[in-house]
Amino acid sequence: METIPLNSPDKEFIREVQERSGQNVLSCYQCGNCTAGCPYNFAYDLSVSRVMRLVQLGQREAVLKSHSIWLCATCQSCTTRCPNSIDVAKIMDVLRHMAREAGYATERNVKAFGDAFLESVEKHGRVYELGVTASYIRKTGRFWTDVDLAPAMLPKNKLSIKPHEVRGKEHVSAIFKRFRERDTAKENS
Amino acid sequence: MSISVGYYPGCSGSGTSVEYDKSTRAVCKKLGIELNEIDDWSCCGSTPAHTVDHTLSAALSARNLVLAAKQGQEEVVTPCPSCLANLRTASRKIEDENYRPKVEALLDEPCDEAASVASTLQLIVERVGMDAIKKAVVKPLKDLNVACYYGCIMNRPPELMQFDDPENPMAMDDIMEACGATVLPFPLKVECCGAAAGMPKKDIVTELSGRLLDVAESLNTEIIVTACPLCQMNLDLRQGQVNRANGTRYDIPVVYFTQLLGLALGLSAEEVGLSKLVVDPTPRLRFAGVL
Repeated sequence: METIPLNSPDKEFIREVQERSGQNVLSCYQCGNCTAGCPYNFAYDLSVSRVMRLVQLGQREAVLKSHSIWLCATCQSCTTRCPNSIDVAKIMDVLRHMAREAGYATERNVKAFGDAFLESVEKHGRVYELGVTASYIRKTGRFWTDVDLAPAMLPKNKLSIKPHEVRGKEHVSAIFKRFRERDTAKENS
Repeated sequence: MSISVGYYPGCSGSGTSVEYDKSTRAVCKKLGIELNEIDDWSCCGSTPAHTVDHTLSAALSARNLVLAAKQGQEEVVTPCPSCLANLRTASRKIEDENYRPKVEALLDEPCDEAASVASTLQLIVERVGMDAIKKAVVKPLKDLNVACYYGCIMNRPPELMQFDDPENPMAMDDIMEACGATVLPFPLKVECCGAAAGMPKKDIVTELSGRLLDVAESLNTEIIVTACPLCQMNLDLRQGQVNRANGTRYDIPVVYFTQLLGLALGLSAEEVGLSKLVVDPTPRLRFAGVL
């Protein structure tokens, strides 16, 4: 197991996580309920309670470079069961935002899938499932992803060949545009 | 009874879960609920949006709530738990006077008027009710052992969803019982199926959905009943992948609650879109005398 030096806590990191999530991370007393109920624990490099502890200890790099924050599916088990009413899933979300901003993506395929999905929404207003798949394959080079599902899916006509265009798709793409401009402004400030 | 609400089908309703959308519309019509589809609705952003930014996610969802309000709908229902979670979160953010300007800035539109949101499941349970369903059943689902699987976010977090029990929800159990089915006590009813990891991290889905199928099989479940397009897809479409990964041979049909409810209310297999399912439920339904 990798050892994490606990000296020199990054207090700015603790403050930022608290502010962006609106949660008091210091009220976590490490009961382990979140980890006990987390369905993804088997796939995590850091358990949820360990992520919480490392946030308390201001360990920016260890947290933002962990795989767990990308694998969390926001199933809300941790949030629902936290005895101190900490919205843990929201903290995991915020950590993922911060990892993205810092240019980390330890689960490249998860990021590629999310990006492909949002590009589709930005372009068409609604998700175009075949388009998302094609874009995901382009980003990752994983040509054989789910190709075994085709024989089950194609006869069912469940995948639309054409995107579902929304009349107001410009309105939707403008939301994304303003979001990116807002982010740039934040970075420049 | 006359109920009229706005309807947000969600993107999967015109793709991988066409049968959920179709059976939802048919069941609501049968139960006297008028669903008015929000004209020109767009994607709520699903999971990818909230993992990138909370305000972006809220703005994508808010566009639909504002549209609905403009179209005279004070209340919107959606069959999809993920859409529900996003729309509800957005609605909460719009109500917060300190947060609303951030949403409005991305939407470039005032958000002071936004419709409220519930699931079609909640609407059916709370506004139609079990007595009315029992009276409307013409083809009881007797001789059918079902396990109701809610997935993780239909009732969680409870503070946001405000419906049913977050650890032991009973809405679908009650509906299935009202339809005459034998409802099995399914202990994993709110455990995660692997959600959107199917494409990027298939091993997670085969592990988690595998556990659900394992337990369902051990209870002699004849049909798994769901209310979530992603759960249904992971358990039904990916059941073959689960079997290949885990060396199992499950063959358990996974249907939407609206499909079984519809059949009990006298709708045809075609009207509830049974042929869209990958694991064919018709042999079991025929055996149980439902078809």
